[in-house]
Amino acid sequence: MEQYEPDLSPAQLAAMRRSLRNARARSAPFSMSRRSLLRASAGGALAVGGLAGLTGCGIPAAGKTQGGAPSTDHSAEEKVINFSNWTEYIDLSDDEKHHPTLEAFTKRTGIKVNYTEDINDNNEFFGKIKPMLAGGQDTGRDLMVLTDWLAARLIRYGWVQKLDPSLLPHAYTNLAAQFRNPDWDPGRAYSYPWQGIATVVAYNTKATGGKKITSVSQLLDDPSLRGKVGMLQEMRDTVGMTLLDMGKDPGSFKADDFDAAIARVQKAVDKKQIRRFTGNDYISDLSKGDLAACLAWAGDIVQLQADNPHVQFAIPDAGYLSSTDNMLIPNKARHQSNAERLMDYYYEPPVAAELAAWINYVTPLDTDIIKPELAKIDKDVANNPLIVPDKAMSAKAHAFRSLSAKEDSAFEEKFAKLTGA
Amino acid sequence: MSAATVTEEARQDAPEPPEAAKPRRGRGRFVPYWLLLPGLLWLIVFFALPMIYQASTSIQQGSLEDGFKVTWHFATYWDALSEYWPQFVRSVAYAACATVLCLLLGYPLAYLIAFRAGRWRNLVLILVIAPFFTSFLIRTLAWKTILADGGPVVGTLNSLHILDVTTWLGITEGHRILATPLAVVCGLTYNFLPFMILPLYTSLERIDGRLHEAAGDLYASPGTTFRKVTFPLSMPGVVSGTLLTFIPAAGDYVNADLLGSTDTRMIGNVIQTQFLRILDYPTAAALSFILMAAILAMVTFYIRRAGTEDLV
Repeated sequence: MEQYEPDLSPAQLAAMRRSLRNARARSAPFSMSRRSLLRASAGGALAVGGLAGLTGCGIPAAGKTQGGAPSTDHSAEEKVINFSNWTEYIDLSDDEKHHPTLEAFTKRTGIKVNYTEDINDNNEFFGKIKPMLAGGQDTGRDLMVLTDWLAARLIRYGWVQKLDPSLLPHAYTNLAAQFRNPDWDPGRAYSYPWQGIATVVAYNTKATGGKKITSVSQLLDDPSLRGKVGMLQEMRDTVGMTLLDMGKDPGSFKADDFDAAIARVQKAVDKKQIRRFTGNDYISDLSKGDLAACLAWAGDIVQLQADNPHVQFAIPDAGYLSSTDNMLIPNKARHQSNAERLMDYYYEPPVAAELAAWINYVTPLDTDIIKPELAKIDKDVANNPLIVPDKAMSAKAHAFRSLSAKEDSAFEEKFAKLTGA
Repeated sequence: MSAATVTEEARQDAPEPPEAAKPRRGRGRFVPYWLLLPGLLWLIVFFALPMIYQASTSIQQGSLEDGFKVTWHFATYWDALSEYWPQFVRSVAYAACATVLCLLLGYPLAYLIAFRAGRWRNLVLILVIAPFFTSFLIRTLAWKTILADGGPVVGTLNSLHILDVTTWLGITEGHRILATPLAVVCGLTYNFLPFMILPLYTSLERIDGRLHEAAGDLYASPGTTFRKVTFPLSMPGVVSGTLLTFIPAAGDYVNADLLGSTDTRMIGNVIQTQFLRILDYPTAAALSFILMAAILAMVTFYIRRAGTEDLV
């Protein structure tokens, strides 16, 4: 039988051949049509109003819904980036209306940045974008900042675009060694850190009666803190810090170690040592003294100390948990190369210094590169190991290893039981 | 408009049983269905479809990685119930406490607005609704400041040794209110109080003042008047007020999350965790259905006992 030759331009044919070579894309045309057929039949059953409609629903497997092949890039004709970030995670002018670094970027490149602070919680945000990404649709975002474990999940599902290294020269050169090879994105093919996060122990000297709290053991056992200890609702932070305290490495622990850490915290919950598992709201509790001591994100504490001198932090001898918030480009983003230019822009030392001086989180740039730039703005910030980690600080940093989907669910469930479900 | 259509319409509008009983002819037969259409569409889009989708989710199995498929796995319901029944019981208990507290606080206030407020009535009503002008979340967070450990409320209650009593009762913990069951119940009560006051007010306001005079003329004491006349006549308000308070309170998770601790988590928290953190959509959907069924059963029982004649 003669081979069917579609009447297409050479460029279109090349694009088709390229997509066929991609293993994941190969099954896409068939599965798509079959699925849409199923969906249509489900619609029919619904109209009959029957139980049959129940079978029509269901959620397609992640990562198989689309090819992961980049969508058309409209960067050249639409000079726009839609950027989703966490609240209060960027520099702000004195009248609180402008973001100087973003405006400088627009001035230089002519690319307008639609900056939205619509990320409050990784899980919530995932729930929001999941239906669109799973359905292979545009999320309306070109750049989003997500914590490493969620970034890992999106990369695993094939929901984010591979980056073009040729547009990221500063990022490639200036990234600190500590962040170069996470086990979920070795060599940074899909993501670059926006900021690093250090999870440490924080305490309010007024509430502890001047006592210093320097370890997780103290949080879990010290009877003088009973009912005034906060742990974090983020499983990796609480369990990771407990693992470190128990002498285990959160980068390579086994399931048994995880269970042991959960049991250790459970004991503290049972004897009413722990008051609450908190999100960002520990900040006000700690400041008021309702929490005498808690696990905390260092960036928050640096900011809080400016308002409340009673708030102190400690880096446990056992080490601290280091994680990152990462810039990612979701599938079907319309302005990929614009977004890549913005990513690279934030790795230019003067820009990175301006950002770091404002938000006080761990800068992802190499210490030797960023320190002189930061010193020009603010000497104290440049010498703060929570913002620019020195050697001793870097040596204590531990990352939580990436989890398989199965582990992820199982561990989250065990942790949820610990927090009261 | 021609005379013919007017008579045609008039005939349709007139409630004449013999006419209605006869089979209608022509386009008139479908008119009631067309009139129902907007409501039906609303119900289908916003109630039936989500319910079917949720029901389907609850009998699926799988993971986000491999996709979810309908396997008619009804065991999820049993597993969810046997695993999380304490949170169910707690939700019902907290919601019931909050409803009773709302009734005890709301009834006198509604009574006052209806019979004693005079020209201040509208102002007081606006004050009842005013908290709604700010966000639910902000209002709940404000209670964290009010009830703070070092705050004046806790300080006063402590020096009066009231917290010793509540601790003995098991509803507070070590001289504090926040992060205890009491805080959660207080939060629920506060947040849903207007839902109790407004229906109570509408049914109290409708009571004819002359009935009170008549009761007085028949030598009923004020207490007896209230017991025999006012309260029975306000029953529709009591029923709808308790329903409007209890149902949302039982499914609430914000109060337990912000004001509670590990041992005060309600079923709403469990559903949220299952859905957003553990990504176990079937269990989350099954829990939602169990909650719905439980509330429906309780409400049905309650309405049977309390009567539904002219609710609202």
